Amino acid sequence: MKRDTMVMGKESALPVGGKTPHSPGRLLEPLLNQLGSPGRRAFVLPALDVPVKPPETLVPAGMLRKTPAPLPEVSERDLVKHFLRLAHLNFSGETNFYPLGSCTMKYNPKVNEEIAGLAGFAKVHPYTPDEAAQGILELLWTLEQQLREILGMDAVSLQPAAGAHGELTALLMAKAYHDAKGRSRRKVVVPDSAHGTNPASAALCGFEVVEIASDKRGRISPEVLRSVMDEDVAVFMVTNPNTLGLFEERIGEVASIVHSKGGLMYLDGANMNALLGLVRPGDMGFDMVHVNVHKTFSIPHGSGGPGGGPVGVKEPLRRFLPSPIVVKENGRFRLSSAGPDSIGRVRTFFGNTGALVRAFAYIASLGSDGLKRVAEGAILNANYVKALIRDVYPVPVDETCMHEFVASAKELKASCGVKALDIAKRLLDYGFYAPTIYFPLIVEEALMIEPSETESRQVLEAFAAALVAIAEEATSYPQKVKGAPHRMPVTRLDEVQAAREPNLKWSPGESS
Amino acid sequence: MTDLNQLKFTKTHEWVRLEGSKAVVGITEHAQGEISDVVFVELPKKGKQVKQAEEAAVVESVKAAFSIYAPVSGTVAKVNESLVADPGAINRSPYEEGWIFSLEPAHVQEAETLMTKEQYDAWVKGGGH
Amino acid sequence: MEFVPITKQDQEVMLAKIGVCSMEELLKCIPSSVTRARLRLPPGLSEPELLRVAERLASRNATSKSHVSFLGAGAYEHFVSSVVRYVFSRGEFLTAYTPYQPEASQGTLQAMYEFQSLICDLTQMDAANASLYEGGSAMAEACILALRETERRKLVVSGTLHPEVRQTLSTYLKQVGTQIQEIPRADGISDIKEAGRLIDSQTAAVVVQMPNAFGCLEPVRELEKAAHARGALLIVSVNPVSLGILEPPGAYGADIVVGEGQPLGTDLLYGGPYLGLFACRKELIRKMPGRVIGMTRDAHGRRGFVLTLQTREQHIRRARATSNICTNEAMMALAAAVHLGSLGKEGFREVAFQNLQKAHYCLDRLSTVRGVQPLFKAPFFNEFAVSLPADPEEVNGRLLEKGFLGGLPLRRWDPSLRSGWLLAVTEARSREQIDRFVQAVQEILS
Repeated sequence: MKRDTMVMGKESALPVGGKTPHSPGRLLEPLLNQLGSPGRRAFVLPALDVPVKPPETLVPAGMLRKTPAPLPEVSERDLVKHFLRLAHLNFSGETNFYPLGSCTMKYNPKVNEEIAGLAGFAKVHPYTPDEAAQGILELLWTLEQQLREILGMDAVSLQPAAGAHGELTALLMAKAYHDAKGRSRRKVVVPDSAHGTNPASAALCGFEVVEIASDKRGRISPEVLRSVMDEDVAVFMVTNPNTLGLFEERIGEVASIVHSKGGLMYLDGANMNALLGLVRPGDMGFDMVHVNVHKTFSIPHGSGGPGGGPVGVKEPLRRFLPSPIVVKENGRFRLSSAGPDSIGRVRTFFGNTGALVRAFAYIASLGSDGLKRVAEGAILNANYVKALIRDVYPVPVDETCMHEFVASAKELKASCGVKALDIAKRLLDYGFYAPTIYFPLIVEEALMIEPSETESRQVLEAFAAALVAIAEEATSYPQKVKGAPHRMPVTRLDEVQAAREPNLKWSPGESS
Repeated sequence: MTDLNQLKFTKTHEWVRLEGSKAVVGITEHAQGEISDVVFVELPKKGKQVKQAEEAAVVESVKAAFSIYAPVSGTVAKVNESLVADPGAINRSPYEEGWIFSLEPAHVQEAETLMTKEQYDAWVKGGGH
Repeated sequence: MEFVPITKQDQEVMLAKIGVCSMEELLKCIPSSVTRARLRLPPGLSEPELLRVAERLASRNATSKSHVSFLGAGAYEHFVSSVVRYVFSRGEFLTAYTPYQPEASQGTLQAMYEFQSLICDLTQMDAANASLYEGGSAMAEACILALRETERRKLVVSGTLHPEVRQTLSTYLKQVGTQIQEIPRADGISDIKEAGRLIDSQTAAVVVQMPNAFGCLEPVRELEKAAHARGALLIVSVNPVSLGILEPPGAYGADIVVGEGQPLGTDLLYGGPYLGLFACRKELIRKMPGRVIGMTRDAHGRRGFVLTLQTREQHIRRARATSNICTNEAMMALAAAVHLGSLGKEGFREVAFQNLQKAHYCLDRLSTVRGVQPLFKAPFFNEFAVSLPADPEEVNGRLLEKGFLGGLPLRRWDPSLRSGWLLAVTEARSREQIDRFVQAVQEILS
């Protein structure tokens, strides 16, 4: 990095706060440290009511801060205005259709927010004695039972903070499992359509990653799997339905190939929304699974987090679960450290309890039948959107899909030079967030669309109509699509500049 | 201007130029076009030993990272420090300013296994990756 | 209660367009060889029923509302402006995804850029990322970076690091053959002489927490010298609130700063979600884990923000990424940005000042109770340990009945600290509460 920051003099010459040419009324918002003025405060503490001692008599002078941290000094009114105006610059699941494949952007029920905000959950210290935390412990224990039932697993750990963290946890358990059998295994196999977190998690655990090619129908090929499967393979990580939104039809055969060599079957539960109440991972031959509560169980995605990634395992893996676990004895609940074979802690404190409370509420509000209708709705909506656009955007593996499907802009790119990226950007102008693009890697110009079950038919039809209209624009006015978006607060941003000379923070003393 | 006929080429799109006891390495015009705007180059450490076809450096665009393999085995002698400030040199001038590192080759004869300019062009034209 | 808006009529229209007759026919994409689920969960609840269940469970927990709390040990109660709660509740932030389409995500991106900037302001480091899960995994990520950067295999870790952070670190790193050596504790802080003996040319990093798990202030400058003399990196885990009054790690040469960001505007939440802080020197930014936001310009020259340095991340580098992290804790980072904005330069300093004063007042008062003594002599910030002349668990039980949440019994962390009791006193405790607490302790002990 050559310079920490861009020259701010140039910065101030930009039309910050001015109207953008294409979106009347849409204003860019100054940085927080450009709003302040020395002496302004948005929050005042109660006056100090204990006798004051000079700090240097309490702490060695050399350890004291010489100059205060140069934080912005803003009024409460300006603080609220600032963050609200930033909020208005976002598309969100609540304000826009958000068909982001692999992310399950379903509606996040308001009652869950209310429940998570109850003082009895939000204001409980993680080291509260068990006898004074019976309510939260019961909730967590119940959620474990709910997840065991939904996943068809024997034991659940609620600790992982996210899906990738769940993968790491499960892979560490798999490693411990094989080590305990007296034969360490070095390899993890993943299909070429796998989420990037799968190989990254495996590498973090010290495994060698073996990638296998999908067959012509986008599925795992048992033949190819058999050719790489040996007694050095610890785990086969599978996403089912896979990242093309297709059910792995030969999953039973796949499981027996892996099990015949003593390997473990791992389900990346990112796509669990499609299976709720229909099929249980445990019944498909999986030994371990993680679920993303922020996808399947309606925890809001929070602009990137927090989420939660509970892991479920079959009995032989139970003894390796991370510590601590919730135990119920004689109608009382307590936290207990797991046994001597536990992989240990994967984080501090219990887990992302705030997210788990919402997951509990969601499952309790739906029940068995409601969960099944979630999966059915997700599958119906995805197939409907596919049916509406497949003539314009070919779907490389055009079969009944599960909760999502992958279309391709390859033909548009060939005929008029309009790429998946351009289509994604143009969709923003139509008021829709973009699908996931360029993933999975095995489809050229991929548009990965997951509508989720909570969208109405009218929304799906409007979205499909926009996609069709964009394809027409691509033919008649390709420049319009290539230059999109036109109606957002900013147009396409210079990512090359951002990466070549990273400007990752404001300059100190830039206030006002 | 570099006489490209003096260079040898790999199927992974590196070029190598033998200069006395040194072998200078970079990526081809075709490769820089495929990568598009280079934003960062992870240079090898001087003195690092690499085998032929082993990763020696990484060239990054905004959305991808590309491994650069050693065309011949050897010890890294020099690295092009100016790429730290100006990674775009690889795009502008892949055969001159955009050289990446040089090696003290362990077995100079390894270069004979590589392609000539003519062979490389034909290979790229044939859709070789 | 359900959130699926598909009516029977919708379903018929949709199935017809798809070209199947029924939902059953559509579901034939799941082969019949796969066992169908028959879940045995209780029937779904309506909103009022669900609230009743939740309120019953919530009522059975002692909270920082129902009790006057002196529990800290890594998670702290602080005053938080209502503005934080308001911004946190906004769906535009709460229900957006990771800002992969920057043109439609400038709000999140700018807020995260501001968060990064604020963390740099606090720590005096060159760059910060847009958050990791929590303090423990942030520490593990910092150590992984140090091992890669130095190409060494050993970590020298202070024995006064929070035990759960130490355990997390061990879980992450023992799998890949890292040697972890512990600096013994002497009177509540790292034994600097022992540290000097352990740090050698194979040490990738020296790891210390400031203030440490017992609340004590560590000899960070000596550790810095010892680390850098051997070419090791210095990794410091901070309580960000302490930086209102304590020297920032950037000023004493830290290479990487991590920490638990919960005290910056996040509730206690029974342990999560919290906020993993991560900041480093500029030479290390391309090896940082997690998402990073950068400022740039659009085609018209207007400033805007994007996710940058993405080639480090799992969705591009896959098995060779710097970390496997994908989902982070963006909402907690947003809360921290709003919280720091609400305090401002003077407020942030004053919070730290009040913590320092109130904690020392509390120790002074407690020390007047017969048999209660400070456990260590080292200076502290807002947390300190005392030894009790009775079983701390039993004292806590009695305190609970009197409306207090007592300190952490330290034998939970170290069996040799049988009578140790760790207390945190923040600005949220009033003098009157502290006095009542001391009186209650006195009554219990007499």
